Amino acid sequence: MLKIDKDRCTGCKICTKVCPFGAMVIVDEKAEATEACTLCGACVKTCPENAISIERRRVDPSKFKEYKGVWVIAEQIGGQLRNVSLELLSKGRELADQLGEPLCVILLGHEVTGLTDTLAAHGADVIYVSDQKRLAQYTTDAYTDVISALILTEKPNVVLIGATANGRDLGPRIAARLRLGLTADCTGLSIDDKRQLVQTRPAFGGNIMASILSPYTRPQMATVRPNVFKPPEPNPSHKADVRTVDIKVNPAAVRTKILETIKTGAEGELKVEEAEMVVSCGRGIKAPENIPTVAELAKELNAALGGSRPIVDAGWMEHHQQVGQSGRTISPRLYIACGISGAIQHLVGVAGSAEIIIAINSDPEAPIFTISDFGIVGDLFRVVPELVKEIKRVKAQK
Amino acid sequence: MRIIVPIKQVPEIAEVKIDPETKTLIRAGVPSIVNPFDEFAVEEAIRIKEKFGGEVIVITMGPPQALDAIRKCLAMGADRALHLCDRPFAGADTWATAYTLAQAIKTLEPYDLIIAGKQAIDGDTAQVGPEIAEVLGIPQITYAIKVDISEDQKRIKVRRETDDGFEIVECKLPALITAIKGLNEPRLPSLMAIMKARQKEVKTITAEELGGDSKQYGLPGSPTQVVEIFTPEARTGGIKIDGTEDPAGAAKQLIEWLLKKGIL
Repeated sequence: MLKIDKDRCTGCKICTKVCPFGAMVIVDEKAEATEACTLCGACVKTCPENAISIERRRVDPSKFKEYKGVWVIAEQIGGQLRNVSLELLSKGRELADQLGEPLCVILLGHEVTGLTDTLAAHGADVIYVSDQKRLAQYTTDAYTDVISALILTEKPNVVLIGATANGRDLGPRIAARLRLGLTADCTGLSIDDKRQLVQTRPAFGGNIMASILSPYTRPQMATVRPNVFKPPEPNPSHKADVRTVDIKVNPAAVRTKILETIKTGAEGELKVEEAEMVVSCGRGIKAPENIPTVAELAKELNAALGGSRPIVDAGWMEHHQQVGQSGRTISPRLYIACGISGAIQHLVGVAGSAEIIIAINSDPEAPIFTISDFGIVGDLFRVVPELVKEIKRVKAQK
Repeated sequence: MRIIVPIKQVPEIAEVKIDPETKTLIRAGVPSIVNPFDEFAVEEAIRIKEKFGGEVIVITMGPPQALDAIRKCLAMGADRALHLCDRPFAGADTWATAYTLAQAIKTLEPYDLIIAGKQAIDGDTAQVGPEIAEVLGIPQITYAIKVDISEDQKRIKVRRETDDGFEIVECKLPALITAIKGLNEPRLPSLMAIMKARQKEVKTITAEELGGDSKQYGLPGSPTQVVEIFTPEARTGGIKIDGTEDPAGAAKQLIEWLLKKGIL
């Protein structure tokens, strides 16, 4: 509950200005919080009279000392590690070094022991391996059971999971079972002066960022967005202590059954949510048979090919290629919007997540230019092929 | 079948703007809507009910004005609603929200299916659905793009979107699934349906009436704590060049710029 000490409050209105949610109002010259208050605490920090406080539950932090180690839950599919698992190892290494604790990897699957060398070379000190047939494919129940049991016995301090489809299926299940705090889709992680994990994430479509702590529970858990951190340089001489996990999956406890797995996209097709570069097209493409013009650019850049909502709704591209608020969450270094004028839902989905935005559009007034770092006003059918030519030329010189 | 749909009222994100001076969200005048992913959930629940019979119950936790969102779902065709509305529920993180909603869902036993939206567009966490399933101890299938209920109404088969494509996953009911775009096209309620929705039952529930472990509710029950909210630097348009006359020249400039930035 937000508490306002009416005797201290001078009605100075500073809290009404700093509240990100417009929830503070002045009634009879005193501050009051409306229903819009989310208890984010912005006003508490800035009140010059210290008149505002939030009642929070307290806990004895001394018992937290038993919890040690930064864990990364590795995600593999068919024996292939996902990029995000390696990305988490570089950030995990940094956090573990700051805390003076080991960096551990949890590897679940079937016939995956071959991956331990790669994980060790990328910085893992300890690797817990659970290799069993019933873990060959991800299921919510089996993975939750094994990892929750492991957390209870080994007591890690931090658990990081890639914010992939399965990572976001698994994370909340474990958190709820162990009654732990969990922060979704983090883009920043650091350790504060009280040795707590500060988890930073975008909200409101990237319009605001929130820094979140889990002050009352251990381990501190977060899912982390792919492509935010760089994978570490592998060091083949770095060795890890590989430990076999002796927790058997109980077949009766696995309540879902995977009847079929369908891969979409061509073999090796880059996914918009994972790719370092995304080339995307909108209504300016005019007809589905023109998509290869833009696809050619994507291919030349080794970028994933995406589309705006109207293109996907028209059935010219697949759902999993949709970029923007109702589509996939992307986080590329480079985003090239071809013939996308920039509906607000597209802008909010892209502005906060791409490092550099390029726009090519024939309309000089297109809203996409308000967020692009480099814009070309022009006909995409003339500009894009020139870009392809130019990239080929530069590549040839290299 | 008894189908429960947890929904959330959210601000229309597309209309949320940042005050350039105070760097805070301007929420005044921003319309509130039913979370778009929840509309897919409501629509699917109604379609299943239309096929097999039964009832669709909408449940939400939120301030009094969340009633507008409830009415919208009732107008779409849900039968009745629970509205958890009380100050002690405020400030809940995903765990406290899921725990509280699960307590209310328990009062609706026996239920067959819970359909939630993949995530809310304001928080984007995608955590509340799976957390509800865990509290209730039922299986979950997330990211549903196609749903089939068996003829005996005992099993569910879901086409689920993954990072690599799709999975067809089956389990026994009761279960919880989360809905994504592409599952269906939510209907627009007719004027008649909107009128009729006003007559449908909405039960308001306070923290005291709900019972359960009240220490798990609201801010005190939330294991995570927001310590800071800040606005990322807003993007402003950068370089803009005219490539209408000389597309080759424009392309050259762009590639040079990218090379200088170290991107290529």
